[in-house]
Amino acid sequence: MSTTRTRPPAPVPAPAPLPNPGTVLADCWTMTRRELVHWRRRPVQVVMNLTFPLMMLVMFVYFIGGGMSIDGYEDYLVPGMFALTMAFGLESTMVALTQDLNKGVIDRFRSIPMARSAVLVGRSAHDMLQSALGLVVLVLSGLLVGWRWHGSPLEVAAALGLLLWLRLAMLWVGVYLGLVAGRPEMVQAVQILVWPVAFFSNVFTSPSTMPGWMGAIADWNPMSATARAVRELFGNPVWGGGTWAAEHAWLLALAWPLLLLAVFFPLAVRRYVNMGR
Amino acid sequence: MTDGDAILVEGLRKEYGTKQALSGLDLTVPNGTVQGLLGPNGAGKTTAVRILSTLLRPSGGRARVAGFDVAAEPDQVRHRIGLLGQHAALDEELSGRENLEMFGRLYHLGARRAAARAGDLLERFDLAAAGRKPVSAYSGGMRRRLDLAACLIGSEHRGGPRVLFLDEPTTGLDPRGRGEVWSAVRSLVEGGTTVLLTTQYLEEADQLADDIAVLDAGRVVAQGSPDALKTRLGADRIDVVVRDPARLEAAASLVGMAARAAEVSRDTDRRLLSAPVTDRMAALAETVRALEAAGIEAEDIALRRPTLDEVFLHTTATTAPTAATATAPATKEGTA
Ligand SMILES: Nc1ncnc2c1ncn2[C@@H]1O[C@H](COP(=O)(O)OP(=O)(O)OP(=O)(O)O)[C@@H](O)[C@H]1O
Ligand SMILES: [Mg+2]
Repeated sequence: MSTTRTRPPAPVPAPAPLPNPGTVLADCWTMTRRELVHWRRRPVQVVMNLTFPLMMLVMFVYFIGGGMSIDGYEDYLVPGMFALTMAFGLESTMVALTQDLNKGVIDRFRSIPMARSAVLVGRSAHDMLQSALGLVVLVLSGLLVGWRWHGSPLEVAAALGLLLWLRLAMLWVGVYLGLVAGRPEMVQAVQILVWPVAFFSNVFTSPSTMPGWMGAIADWNPMSATARAVRELFGNPVWGGGTWAAEHAWLLALAWPLLLLAVFFPLAVRRYVNMGR
Repeated sequence: MTDGDAILVEGLRKEYGTKQALSGLDLTVPNGTVQGLLGPNGAGKTTAVRILSTLLRPSGGRARVAGFDVAAEPDQVRHRIGLLGQHAALDEELSGRENLEMFGRLYHLGARRAAARAGDLLERFDLAAAGRKPVSAYSGGMRRRLDLAACLIGSEHRGGPRVLFLDEPTTGLDPRGRGEVWSAVRSLVEGGTTVLLTTQYLEEADQLADDIAVLDAGRVVAQGSPDALKTRLGADRIDVVVRDPARLEAAASLVGMAARAAEVSRDTDRRLLSAPVTDRMAALAETVRALEAAGIEAEDIALRRPTLDEVFLHTTATTAPTAATATAPATKEGTA
């Protein structure tokens, strides 16, 4: 630091670097890295996050599946659980974001000339990485409880892609809700409300066994669309069907997340940018 | 505004719902100076700092920092400022070094330069030994020093940030930590950095600031150099220490008459009388004469400038009593 100069120079013409794609990417990566360093500091939480879906899988396959004594229930349920886990990712995104926003460090991020988008993009890149890893653990757990896929490698890859596509959409719903909630109390409400959404779907049973209106909701549930589409791609049984939504599951599995993204991504970004109002 | 002003604030307003946090703040801070912002809890100090550092949008008025409008050109402002907020702005889970490197990268120093500068700053702020520990294990003073280092990592190559905002930088620090922060601030000012400093400690403003603005209920109620403030807002005072506590009351009325003061404050524990004066020499001479004539022995008689505490209490007297408890009066005085 210079101590020879006692008066500052006249204001230099602004070296205001326009957001160049390289620095934006670099900032996003810096923010993703920050989250990954956190893993090192909370190994227990990381292990818990990864094993929670396994626990759910075991519970549903052996307790509920066992109780219903349906042959091959795991082949029906496991892909549904994949979709459910991806959709529930909304919660973890929301929790992490509200916790982050209540920390002072966000003030520094907002007061330095980094890419505005990096905080949210870093969050989503990290959450996608975590979910991809979670999905691998979940697939292995599925194999462990007796689930098998019968599709071609390409179909399996497409199924995994559709699952992550749903996760990405739910991620931005989570980001938006996290920004709106602001406080951890609101998170609990969402954590409870996701359960009815989960049961009004084809994850556990076929919508055709539900009362009419309930079945319709379950049919059109974004989670159902993804679940049915990946069941088809994995070559696993799909029950019921006959409705338009069921017949065009793959289309809905693409369109629903796209719609959610189209709505919640701009909402979330605007909310974040306007945080100081 | 002239090129010589680092901060220019005009009629700045901020409402939270119906609550007026700032109600028409005006302030001009010339380049290279230290501006103190003094005020009781809730006066609007943090709100002002957050608006000037682009974290908060004003409801009205305008503010320019380092030549740029904070609302219209926030990114330009961000390139030229450092912010030490009221609460530490650090990632608690990362180590001190990881924090500095992360902020260095976000200032686009590149990985290698960020690492080198993080090392330098850890040395400079005496944190090298704790550099690898997570911040959650740091003491309050260490956290504050790291926070200050983080303010500098982006712009030190240009001689520190152009404008540095310090929101209660030493609240909660022990005297040693306070001294360290003060000397760091002084060396930055030598390098040409303009500083806006909010504080609850009058001594701190007195020590560091070239100019002090007293804030109350969202606007400036008094402003000037520490000396000018003392002169303008509090008259000079005469202090008399009486030897015999039994004669304190008698002495008080004599001092009151001699100094032509409406009220004389008494501190019975210290046998101290204190009264404002207008004509210093006449008051001194008359007090001495009157006490002698009455046969009251004085241990000490002195003329003095008011302390900043007295100025502060006087100018912010309109607000809730919390204003008084927020300050730590240097002299204990009971008012008659
Ligand atoms: N987010 C907010 N929502 C509502 N009111 C707020 C908010 N932030 C501040 N206020 C109010 O605005 C006023 C000014 O607050 P500010 O934090 O600027 O005061 P301060 O001078 O920094 O006080 P302190 O010395 O306690 O830090 C206070 O009355 C406060 O209650
Ligand atoms: Mg404050």
